[in-house]
Amino acid sequence: MLKDITIGQYFPGESFVHKLDPRMKIVLTIAYVVMLFLTNNVYGFIISVGFLVLSYSISRISFKMILKSLKPIVPIILFTAILNLFFVNGDPLFKWWVISISAQGVKLAVFMSLRVIFLIAGTSLLTYTTSPIELTDGIELLLSPLKKVKFPVHELAMMMTIALRFIPTLIEETDKIMSAQKARGADLESGGIVQRAKALIPILIPLFISAFRRAEELALAMECRCYHGDEGRTRMKQLQYSWRDAFSFILISVLIITVILINMFIKTGSF
Amino acid sequence: MNEIIKTENLVFQYEGENNSDIMVLNGINIHIKKGEFVAVLGHNGSGKSTLAKHFNAILLPTKGNVCVDGINTRHEEKLFDIRQKVGMVFQNPDNQIVATIVEEDVAFGPENLGVEPSEIRKRVDEALESVDMYEYRRHAPHQLSGGQKQRVAIAGVVAMRPDCIVLDEPTAMLDPRGRKEVLKTIKELNDTYGTTVVLITHYMDEAVNADRVIVIDSGDILLDGTPKDVFCQVKVLKDAGLDVPQVTELAYELRKCGLNINVDVLTEDECVEELTKLLEE
Repeated sequence: MLKDITIGQYFPGESFVHKLDPRMKIVLTIAYVVMLFLTNNVYGFIISVGFLVLSYSISRISFKMILKSLKPIVPIILFTAILNLFFVNGDPLFKWWVISISAQGVKLAVFMSLRVIFLIAGTSLLTYTTSPIELTDGIELLLSPLKKVKFPVHELAMMMTIALRFIPTLIEETDKIMSAQKARGADLESGGIVQRAKALIPILIPLFISAFRRAEELALAMECRCYHGDEGRTRMKQLQYSWRDAFSFILISVLIITVILINMFIKTGSF
Repeated sequence: MNEIIKTENLVFQYEGENNSDIMVLNGINIHIKKGEFVAVLGHNGSGKSTLAKHFNAILLPTKGNVCVDGINTRHEEKLFDIRQKVGMVFQNPDNQIVATIVEEDVAFGPENLGVEPSEIRKRVDEALESVDMYEYRRHAPHQLSGGQKQRVAIAGVVAMRPDCIVLDEPTAMLDPRGRKEVLKTIKELNDTYGTTVVLITHYMDEAVNADRVIVIDSGDILLDGTPKDVFCQVKVLKDAGLDVPQVTELAYELRKCGLNINVDVLTEDECVEELTKLLEE
């Protein structure tokens, strides 16, 4: 059951999207999110969705993956939808006791849910097409100006890499510990929420102990391989912007400007 | 300088409970020559891992000295030189792989040494080829089997171009197939690239392929010699709580029963040969 988690999973490939510089991909993702939130009108939405569909098609990531990445956030989507549905005032469509649903509420509920869905779909594409190490490299380089103010950028990136590296290992271990405790008669599935939380203790304690042990061994192994922080360290992979990055940057800039122009001049279909 | 590792009267002790000193190593003298394949044997708690940790300055001797390629491990400013010369591979492959992609992990060591990017690329490819893991270079470590992970860990050390690789029970957590893979890799590194190998283990059959076997028991060197010389001494080894390879034990028992058979057989083939000779007589 723990193996189904897909957020943060990487699918290797050779597509245009895969080959983009990770720094640019992070910037593009942020720009895409900004674009989604700037949009307040159907046409702008079509542009965002078009961009998303285009990106997914050229990256050859299956659209099914969108559904998979959306699964864990269904409750959030429903929550936003319901909140908008019942609490937005406007011309009532339906009224019963204290509950009233307005046309504006329905509209907003639909748009807000779509926005969240596209937000997750778009940001997932970043992790689907960028290996975690490229991602941390990208973040490290994007944040590197902060080194001047003594912000531990390299350490942060190293921590992220190690965390990503150990997620599958620890998941596997959790599975093992769970089976071991079940074999000893631990009941993990029944009872109320308090009882279930209590049942987690015999899983978490061994997991923590082993995580600390792993950390110690890993630190030793890293020291043996001469790790001494950022100082004097080189990188095998050198990041370099290419025409692809320039092209995508221009494309997203044009799209964002279009969205802003649509917001300003086209009043039909807005919400 | 023909010796890569030299220990002089190496003593290591630590303070245990109620202030008593616990002796782990009592004055060990070992000279390991360049290009040698040395197996260090000993049962649990014999001090063999502690000894290994002295070889690249993870631990410093309480008394005596350890020299790596002529550098005393007490020289703190030479620490990275020492660790570049003597690489270390540990028991659990999961806990020594840092990166999320095989080739990135292999690059970790050279990156720390500040090697030029193009040179790192070259070394990583060579290291992965030398452990026969090149086609897995883009894989994530958790997709690999135990033996493959351990080979990646070895490649990570090889990429630092060490003179000597110390492996601390590298097969203890592997299945028989993984063990075979790792041992083959170690042997190849020694044969083809002339890398000095120090293999710490408690499996007797792994030591058979070594040039030299050192048996450690409660902090002292018990035996030191070629595998044949060492494994002949079945009684000494048994008293130290160690096993001998099965075939050697068979020959030993047969000889004890009064049969005229050579005891210095280490492999199945040798054993078969000896037995047929015996039957023909």
